[in-house]
Amino acid sequence: MDGKRIEYLKTQAKEVRKNIITAVCAGVTGHVGGSLSIADAVTLLYFHVMHVNPENPHMKNRDRLILSKGHCGPALYGALALKGYFPKEELLTMNQPGTHLPSHCDMLLTPGVDMTAGSLGQGLSCAVGIALAAKLTGGTETVYAIIGDGESQEGQIWEASMAAVQRKLDNLIVFLDYNHMQVDGMLEDIVDLLDPVKKWGAFGFRVYESDGHDMKAMHAAIEKAKTERDGRPALIVLHTVKGKGVAFLEKMGPSNHNALISPEQAKAAIAEIDKDVI
Amino acid sequence: MMTLEMRTVLRETLAEEMTRNEKILLFNADLGKANDTHVLEDAFPGRAINLGIAEQNILSISAGAASYGMIPIVNTFAAFASRRACDQIAISVAYANQNVKIIGTDPGISAELNGGTHMGIEDIGVLRSIPNITLMEACDAEELRQMIRYMNSVHGPFYLRMPRRAILEVHEPNYKFRFGKADLLRQGKDVTIIASGITVTDAVQAASELANSGIDAELINMHTLKPIDAEGIVQSAMKTGAIVTVENHNVLGGLRSAVAEAVTEKFPVRIYPLGIRDRKGQVGRVAYLKEAYGFDANSICETAIKAVREKRSVANAR
Repeated sequence: MDGKRIEYLKTQAKEVRKNIITAVCAGVTGHVGGSLSIADAVTLLYFHVMHVNPENPHMKNRDRLILSKGHCGPALYGALALKGYFPKEELLTMNQPGTHLPSHCDMLLTPGVDMTAGSLGQGLSCAVGIALAAKLTGGTETVYAIIGDGESQEGQIWEASMAAVQRKLDNLIVFLDYNHMQVDGMLEDIVDLLDPVKKWGAFGFRVYESDGHDMKAMHAAIEKAKTERDGRPALIVLHTVKGKGVAFLEKMGPSNHNALISPEQAKAAIAEIDKDVI
Repeated sequence: MMTLEMRTVLRETLAEEMTRNEKILLFNADLGKANDTHVLEDAFPGRAINLGIAEQNILSISAGAASYGMIPIVNTFAAFASRRACDQIAISVAYANQNVKIIGTDPGISAELNGGTHMGIEDIGVLRSIPNITLMEACDAEELRQMIRYMNSVHGPFYLRMPRRAILEVHEPNYKFRFGKADLLRQGKDVTIIASGITVTDAVQAASELANSGIDAELINMHTLKPIDAEGIVQSAMKTGAIVTVENHNVLGGLRSAVAEAVTEKFPVRIYPLGIRDRKGQVGRVAYLKEAYGFDANSICETAIKAVREKRSVANAR
């Protein structure tokens, strides 16, 4: 990936971040911290990696993205709107009565959303089901899933991981958004994930690591995950910052999980995102 | 007449269905041997698989596979197919409207010697309160065959409960399963008996004995528990004025509750509930447990007689 492409993706990531702020501000409240945490990864996937078509959201053999940490819908909507799945103005309807953008992802409501998620732990199993069906029918797509570090406290994540390994789903690439924070505090103070590289490795995955805000490094990790396919699914640990890109949110720490953003704060945040070089 | 084991019918029908439609998958949860469906894992490699002892995972995997256009059938004991994976059924399957079919075997007392931990006495209650899932219960082999074919032919989440062992045939070979319609097995005017699943044969026997005692019972096999045939129930209630419900389930949340909801909206009559009266499960054979919980044929007769007597005494008092 050349420097020009990286700059383009960084610019797109800024737009996604601004979309997140816009949607969460309009939605009265929303899961802004975790959305900003994965904004770069989602941007990279939709604008460089995934084979998708906003004109045909149900295209056969499209790559899938399952946002298992379904509360981070704003990040997905920010990217989908930018990609052209629906008009950007619709971000202003998030969480409003009758919206097709509920803050937790709903595949029946939003063009481009591949799976409903919100009850944590389930999305990864759904991704396993898609990858399994693809393997069975000779599908060539790659199934991507994003799970949270707090979400990893759900036992179902580990059930899903065992099934993925057993069924040899090397068409599955999982991202772990490792920002060390969950709703009520720090993982290390609640139930710690310890060393996810060792853990996922022990479960039989190929494990890679990347700075979750570095396009080049993430892309390299994804490329490795794709080219080193050997029957094992892959997991990429993304080292991330919850609230990344907006100083006052970053400073809030775990309290940015589901924050109110006033129009004034949104305006300032958008100006900050525009100005900052990430 | 005693028929084939229900699990044999399950296996044979699934094999036919999987041959007919290659989109149909079967996911076992390490109870393929118990349910006699493990042989399908060899017959349909890759399409029939044992996903291990992880029901929650299996339900969400099924939703994912369904979103890809497959028709996954999840097969395990009723207790684990429902109770264990209830959130996954609610969100991954029903809320997301995925075309997943769940077959829960050995509900309620049919778990027999596996005892209380394995007795799904609350599956219908739990699942009935989840929007967008259809619930059915098979009372004999022919009904089971037709239910499986039906649920595979219609898009949407289904849950089917059935015993594994052989049960008496209720229906003639020319039986035609009519989804969502109360199956009227006997017309009567004195009292309505509404039964489902393994209680239907007892209700048939009870209705026959009641006839000998001069009580003309109407008998309904309520194979579709959700959506329940409210109109059929009300029509019968208007004719007989009293209902006895018989279910292999807690009387809270299952058939009795569904029937009560139906009649109280349009034509309230007294309902005499037979089933597991909010008690825990226990080890035992079906015949013993039916008697212990009070929903054997004799209990049905006694309750129906009581219902008719009380109905008449109320009428006389007026």
